[in-house]
Amino acid sequence: MTSAVVSPRVRSGEWFMLYALSIMAALVFSAALVEATGGDWHPVVNALLDGSLRRPGRWGETLGTAAPMLLVATGTIISSKAGLINIGQEGQLFVGAAFATYFGFLLGGPGPLNVILILVFGSIGGALWAGVAAGLKFWRNVPEVLSTLLLVTVAGQLVAYGLSKPWLLLAPLADRGNRNQVSVQLAEDNRLPRPEIFGNEIPLAVVLGIVLAIVVSFALSRTVWGFKLRMLGRNPRAAQRSGVAQTRYGASALMLSGAFAGLAGAAMLAGGGFAFGNYQLVPGFSTSIGWTGLLVALVAREKALVAIPVAFVFAGLRTGSSFVGATGVEGRITDVIQGFLVLALLVPPALMFLRDRRRARAAATERV
Amino acid sequence: MISGFFQAVVDIASSESTYINGALFAAFLAFAASGEWVAERAGTLNISVEGMLLGGAFTSAIGYDITESVLIGLFAGVLGGLIIAGVQAEMSHRLSADQFVVGLTLNILVFGLAGFLDNELEPATKLAGRWNIPLLSDIPLVGQALFGQRWPFYVLYALIPFTWWLVFRTRWGLELRSVGENPQSADVSGIDVNKRRRQSIYYAGATSGLGGAFLVFGQVGLFEDSIVGGRGFIAIAAVIFGGWTLRGTIAGCVIFAGALSFRLSIQGLGYEVNSELLQSLPFLVTLFGMALFAHRVRAPGALAQPFVRGLK
Repeated sequence: MTSAVVSPRVRSGEWFMLYALSIMAALVFSAALVEATGGDWHPVVNALLDGSLRRPGRWGETLGTAAPMLLVATGTIISSKAGLINIGQEGQLFVGAAFATYFGFLLGGPGPLNVILILVFGSIGGALWAGVAAGLKFWRNVPEVLSTLLLVTVAGQLVAYGLSKPWLLLAPLADRGNRNQVSVQLAEDNRLPRPEIFGNEIPLAVVLGIVLAIVVSFALSRTVWGFKLRMLGRNPRAAQRSGVAQTRYGASALMLSGAFAGLAGAAMLAGGGFAFGNYQLVPGFSTSIGWTGLLVALVAREKALVAIPVAFVFAGLRTGSSFVGATGVEGRITDVIQGFLVLALLVPPALMFLRDRRRARAAATERV
Repeated sequence: MISGFFQAVVDIASSESTYINGALFAAFLAFAASGEWVAERAGTLNISVEGMLLGGAFTSAIGYDITESVLIGLFAGVLGGLIIAGVQAEMSHRLSADQFVVGLTLNILVFGLAGFLDNELEPATKLAGRWNIPLLSDIPLVGQALFGQRWPFYVLYALIPFTWWLVFRTRWGLELRSVGENPQSADVSGIDVNKRRRQSIYYAGATSGLGGAFLVFGQVGLFEDSIVGGRGFIAIAAVIFGGWTLRGTIAGCVIFAGALSFRLSIQGLGYEVNSELLQSLPFLVTLFGMALFAHRVRAPGALAQPFVRGLK
């Protein structure tokens, strides 16, 4: 009987140990890989820290990179709470950015107002793109895992098409020089402000991301809407019986997660940052931010508040990776580190789950 | 305009290269899809098939680079697929982590690993030798496509009947299907549900690894990290499109391969078609195919549902 009762302090200690061990294992694995291919892991770590934090202006860059990742992750958490697996954020983000570009110029209101319009239309674009998958899921029974994924490639081609047509997204010849396939650059007053703090430019998108993560975390855990979504995710049959229409709530959750990805795209467009196309839409604009944001959500295990620090860690890996090349080790090692980290972080919760079940079963048989 | 389109279709349908490319694409998809089909019949929607293909392609290139033997390269490809299958199987059906999360992470990890190691090791590979089956390869239009390919292609002719036999004519296959339909009853009748599911994932890993190796030795001739390029997901779609029957799955592979081959041929024949549309054509055809057929078929009862004893 006693074996089933574990004091919370012992448990949190175990959790900490398990996580520490897993992270260590992932890092040791990555280091071993660098060594095995003839590199040296020590300068790589230094380069990562230099590129993400230590060099002047770099931590602002890291924050700016974390912002869209966090937005994507927050949206992912909404849909996964509802039991839906949206893995097409990369495409939703791209379509959102394209919508933001197109409508931002088409409407072209006065500066500060237009920034808001750009963000709104970005969300609409992302939501519509996710809506395609939602429609396929709830009317035609196509699993959203696949449709969202296949739509990523289609999104890339759709935007590329837009960028080849002057009446859609392509900038007039005078504005793009010899470069093909770029949109008009956002005007100065159409950009998200980037106030400078301690020599680092901080895009306001970071604030937006953090505020929205907090809002979503609250909404999911403390509102009726959030409760219904969680019910839908945990037990669709019970949810349906108690009046939560799977079609309506599921589709809206999926579209909302797309909206967040689209918002991330719009924020990348309007928020700048040197990695994000310099305030204009280019082919390949999304640069895997959607994929990484998805990983952030996976690691955060459906907790929007946990996603905030995780996004910063992954953004640091990304901004640091541009410095790794100088050490003679291929910069893509950061992708590997990221993959190992995510995989390792899946282990502790699974182990704890299994152990809890075993203990519960043992306790149940003892009682008999 | 319309007559021009018909002319193009006729041109493409009467060009031998369309069938050769189509057969290559279909074979590549079928390697992956036959294993994926087994995994799905056992209840796992195994999205790491993309990673298994890429991993298999990479290890087969390494295997060839070391031994200069295509045969060993093929085995190395199987091994690579099995390693990735191992992570997927043990994490999702022993540790009970979410199968989609594991699969997605694996795909991203393998993509990073393959890119990183490819740049560091730069394996050199070549195409395997071409085998012309006498008489059969002289059939007009499709002869070369089906019987005049490089030899790893012919492994498929054995693999598909073997897969069918395994799933429908062995006790193991029966247990496998029961695990995918109703794991609770299977468990009660003494079948280790998660063990069967792990084994089915290992099978998917082996065939996908073989598919990756086929891609390197039978089609492309070299390894690069974009070699699979999302077509693993088309293989998954083929299984769904085929309504979880082996015959339908292979039909799905052929249709989706047709879209891939159409894209190549129409440009090869000099027709001007919007390139963005062509690039997304296979994916659009896949989406439309699923939209048309996915609701008519019945999925394995416990597809994508984890099994933990006593938990319903």
